Amino acid sequence: MTDTAFPTSASLAAAETLESPARRAWRRLIRRKGAVLGLAVIALFILLAVFAPLIVPYDPIATSWSLVRKAPSAQHWFGTDELGRDVLARVVYGARASLLAGVISVGIALAIGVPLGLVAGYRGGFIDALISRITDAMLACPFLILAIALAAFLGPSLGNAMIAIGVSATPIFIRLTRGQVMSVKVEDYVEAARAMGNPRWRIALVHILPNILPALLVQATLSIAAAIIAEAALSFLGLGQQPPAPSWGSMLNAAQRFLTSAPWMAIWPGLAIFLVVLSFNLVGDGLRDALDPKAR
Amino acid sequence: MTAGPLIEIEGLRVSFHGDDGRITHAVDSVDLSVANGATLGLVGESGCGKSVTSLAIMGLLPKQSAAVSGAIRFDGFDLLDVPDATLRDLRGNRLAMIFQEPMTSLNPSFTIGDQITETILRHRGGSRRAARERTIELLRRVHIPSPEKRIDEFPHKLSGGMRQRVMIAMALACDPQLLIADEPTTALDVTLQAQILDLMRELKAASGAAIILITHDLGVVAEVCDEVAVMYAGEIVERAPVDELFANPQHPYTVGLLGSIPRLDRRTSHLATIEGMVPNMANPPAGCRFAARCPFVEAACTRSSPPLAMLSPTHASRCIRAPLERLVS
Repeated sequence: MTDTAFPTSASLAAAETLESPARRAWRRLIRRKGAVLGLAVIALFILLAVFAPLIVPYDPIATSWSLVRKAPSAQHWFGTDELGRDVLARVVYGARASLLAGVISVGIALAIGVPLGLVAGYRGGFIDALISRITDAMLACPFLILAIALAAFLGPSLGNAMIAIGVSATPIFIRLTRGQVMSVKVEDYVEAARAMGNPRWRIALVHILPNILPALLVQATLSIAAAIIAEAALSFLGLGQQPPAPSWGSMLNAAQRFLTSAPWMAIWPGLAIFLVVLSFNLVGDGLRDALDPKAR
Repeated sequence: MTAGPLIEIEGLRVSFHGDDGRITHAVDSVDLSVANGATLGLVGESGCGKSVTSLAIMGLLPKQSAAVSGAIRFDGFDLLDVPDATLRDLRGNRLAMIFQEPMTSLNPSFTIGDQITETILRHRGGSRRAARERTIELLRRVHIPSPEKRIDEFPHKLSGGMRQRVMIAMALACDPQLLIADEPTTALDVTLQAQILDLMRELKAASGAAIILITHDLGVVAEVCDEVAVMYAGEIVERAPVDELFANPQHPYTVGLLGSIPRLDRRTSHLATIEGMVPNMANPPAGCRFAARCPFVEAACTRSSPPLAMLSPTHASRCIRAPLERLVS
């Protein structure tokens, strides 16, 4: 045996054959620069949100009459707002509201949409017609309008905004899941699973669901981006995060009155929204390419 | 175990109700029986109802669109009459099926080991570890090299022949009494076909399972089967022990099928074909379904549907003009 650093063909073949679909998708994802950049930015914002108190020395809701609308400086890197609060602190703490809203509302949409889509696609018939017509009716309303209407109905709070956004995003997941299930359930391996004596619930959950996860994962990532924008819009309108708690949307709302005199109040939260949404979209696109079964 | 057949199909009829109101009679009064350890070949061209018959036995036809009647008696159960839960307990356990398309019959999201152990755990229970060991043993039995490594591979890494071996291993997971093989070699190339047939013969000898082998390949039938049933347009037209059928076919359709096999030991300029087309099963003809293509047709043939008549204790034919010898001399 020689002691070279080159992998032998045998070890390469072993690594190749034992690779799971998930691991291969990951390998293909991290080959894409855009997706890696997006992942890095998202990771950065998650760290900022989690460790916010350790990162910024200022309280995001502490006001100061002597510091109203100060331009960025060595003490306050991002400047201060109309009540003298540190904009950097508010942007960092605001990441909590935005990321939480994005993830939880998509979680709600998945939790409702995937089971309904599975049932509709797998059972077919009347139950499918019922679920599909309700989905169509909901999709007839623009996503943001529906979310605003629901949030206004539920009452203004961050929790209600998440519910409103989640419910508004649900029909997309019902429709996607239903379509995917309908194409997978006629596959020979599903027939083979039935021939092996598997009960219906097991076929739906164990044999069909894993095969539609890639599509759901891509849609969920892209939906988080849309949900973050929706949360910012609701907070901008006063239907999301309530003052004085920080949120990028409500910061923009406060900033619009001072756009010429204190533009930094709008620029930083706007930039944060832009970066996070762009990153989720980049990751979503990367996932779509990495999980594309045709590109094997 | 009682004497008599393991599975007995009586008067099986399957019709499909299309969305446009059309009714297609896919299978019409099929009677079959298979004894313990015997191999029955079910032969016929595409669309004659052989696959539908096998799906009816397994209870895999869609309930909304397929109307199934008759009786399928399997070891004391009437498979058309048992609750779904009982049927699920039988499927994969005492009744198993090998599908035609090995390339698409394995779930791409799981390793082949997962898919076989799942079946074992579902029907036999026991520990995951024991099931895994049995899976390795099964993979070895179907001659998959280094099964302890292959067990953790995903289906896309395997060739078609290997996948069909995996499908066979999965079907054998719980030592079924009846194995239905729906054209198991059709999607494979000729050398692989021979290997898979050898494997099936070997496994049959080892396990003693009864096999229903569905195929359109008479060569396959001659190699593996004990008895043959020939299907045409949803009906069984002839049934006989394999040697008898090849030596002394008693239905004009069987004669036509045998005549259309290319042979190396005879010089012919062209192959015999059967003139005409299979009747439309949405509206089958009143008399013998083969009448329009039959060289021996007479007026009586088109008046009423001929019964499957016994010509000898083991040989049945659905032709009113049988025995045919006197017609050709």
